[in-house]
Amino acid sequence: MTRTLKQRENRAGLALISPTLIITLVVVVVPLLWAIMLAFQDVRLINIRRVGVFGHYTLENFAYVISEPGFWSSLVNTLIYTVAGTALSIVIGLVAALALRDRFKGRTLVRASILIPYVAPVVAAAFLWETMLNPDYGIVNSWLGTHIAFLTQAKGTFLGVEVPVALLTVIAFEAWRYFPFAFLFILARLQALPGELEEAAVVDGATPTQRFRHVIMPQLWRVVALLSVLRFVFTFTKFDDVYLLTGGEAGTGVVSVRVYDFLTARNDIGASAAQAIVLALVLVVFLALYLRFFSGGEREQG
Amino acid sequence: MSRDRFERALFRWLKPLVILVLFLVTAFPFFYMVTLSVRDIQELILERGSIWPRSFTFDTYVNVLTRQGFVTFMRNSAIVSVISVAVTLLISIPGAYAVARLRFFGRRQVHFLFLAVYLFPAIVLAIPLFVLFTMLGLRGSLLGLILVYVAQTVPVTVYMLRNYFETVPQSVEEAAAIDGCTRLSTIWRVVLPLSKPALMATGLYAFMIAWNEFLFALLFLLEKRESWTVSLGLSQLAGSIEIPTTVLMAGSVVLTLPIVIVFFASERLLTEGLTAGAEKG
Repeated sequence: MTRTLKQRENRAGLALISPTLIITLVVVVVPLLWAIMLAFQDVRLINIRRVGVFGHYTLENFAYVISEPGFWSSLVNTLIYTVAGTALSIVIGLVAALALRDRFKGRTLVRASILIPYVAPVVAAAFLWETMLNPDYGIVNSWLGTHIAFLTQAKGTFLGVEVPVALLTVIAFEAWRYFPFAFLFILARLQALPGELEEAAVVDGATPTQRFRHVIMPQLWRVVALLSVLRFVFTFTKFDDVYLLTGGEAGTGVVSVRVYDFLTARNDIGASAAQAIVLALVLVVFLALYLRFFSGGEREQG
Repeated sequence: MSRDRFERALFRWLKPLVILVLFLVTAFPFFYMVTLSVRDIQELILERGSIWPRSFTFDTYVNVLTRQGFVTFMRNSAIVSVISVAVTLLISIPGAYAVARLRFFGRRQVHFLFLAVYLFPAIVLAIPLFVLFTMLGLRGSLLGLILVYVAQTVPVTVYMLRNYFETVPQSVEEAAAIDGCTRLSTIWRVVLPLSKPALMATGLYAFMIAWNEFLFALLFLLEKRESWTVSLGLSQLAGSIEIPTTVLMAGSVVLTLPIVIVFFASERLLTEGLTAGAEKG
């Protein structure tokens, strides 16, 4: 029996996609399901071999994780860190894209320079910041003539107002490191905009800020909305940056660092998994809220 | 002065200022990294505010590469990155071709899976993989790390390549089929040569992930020093008091430079369009 062309195409397609599917299933999907199972079991690294699929399921891990000191504050920290980091990186990225939109001498150099914080490995960038912000020999404190412990001091006063020093520093790092990401997206969109609209606005007598407000920005909302979602998701679960800069100390304890501490310092796999699931659930709730409110607003703007 | 004239004047003045600030904020830290790496530690302590070394020394590099073991770390990072890139391309090329060209069962659902993997938090994945690799005895082996990196990059690279494969004119492929090419040899001889920029971009992405990654390297390799990647090595040594900061800065340069070179070298290649004119003649 000969197969039809369509059947052969179906077979060839499945054969070619199968390596991709297998590796994502084995390394991502199955472990995810397992993580959910682990969160409902009493698992430690010592008794891991005795825990099976049909083991004893319990909600203890969740109760334990939520009642542990620092649970709520870590959620609040994560939220502040994420919202501020996301917003700042997008705003700076937008400003950078607008400034570099037209050609000028040395634009390639400036563009390359802007991309380096994003391209450089996080470990090198974090160590560089640590060194530059060091209270004893750091160049920033030396130039300011101060001894501010940017990364180890939870609270300080600035112009008479109490500010969370380390948290603000970590947010600044986030903005510095990820604004190039927003910059790339927004610049690509800016350069694809048709020139006629702006020319027409100039003819109609629109000033530069009016052109930005009424002509350019409406065409950028979509990419800004996309960036907000992407950066929010990535920052909310980010581990490397905070762990490397402060280790989650000095009022910067975010949820992902707690997950890591449960896993390695306490060897409590169940609690760690429960904490991670809580993190993922909160993220899903925020995403749902975001999509509900903002996808409606976007439609109004056209 | 009218509002328009005022705003134009303001922005004419403001724009170079913004560009200068952006340039300094991004370039200066890395400039400082390099100049600090060629200084003696005494100099940093005596003149903590200076940005230019009084005398240059390359002992810091000798120290970090040999005594601190960065040569080994670099070798490990290179092995992990190169194999990750190769395996990623090997898996994602057929996958992307299938999604771009062939109608098969479940083709639409594949996108959803890819998006989910792309957005999926690594920290959640870290727990079961940590447990699994502990049980399998894969902790401390570079193989496990490569497996994780490939799984994390493949969904994105399939997506990137698919977008490009779709721009390859179908008529070129049909011509190859008429000339007697099988499907695989069409991919090999026609689609891939036309997709060089996309392959470069994909390879670069996989390389960046593998070279820069920290969390999984930390979880899987921490106990075995001879398997450390450069990122992990620098992060672990950064905590110790015995190693001078300038030596560690040399380590930072060693970690940062390869990725910056690879990035800017291939970025230029990416802009060379290769499909232009393929359909003519």
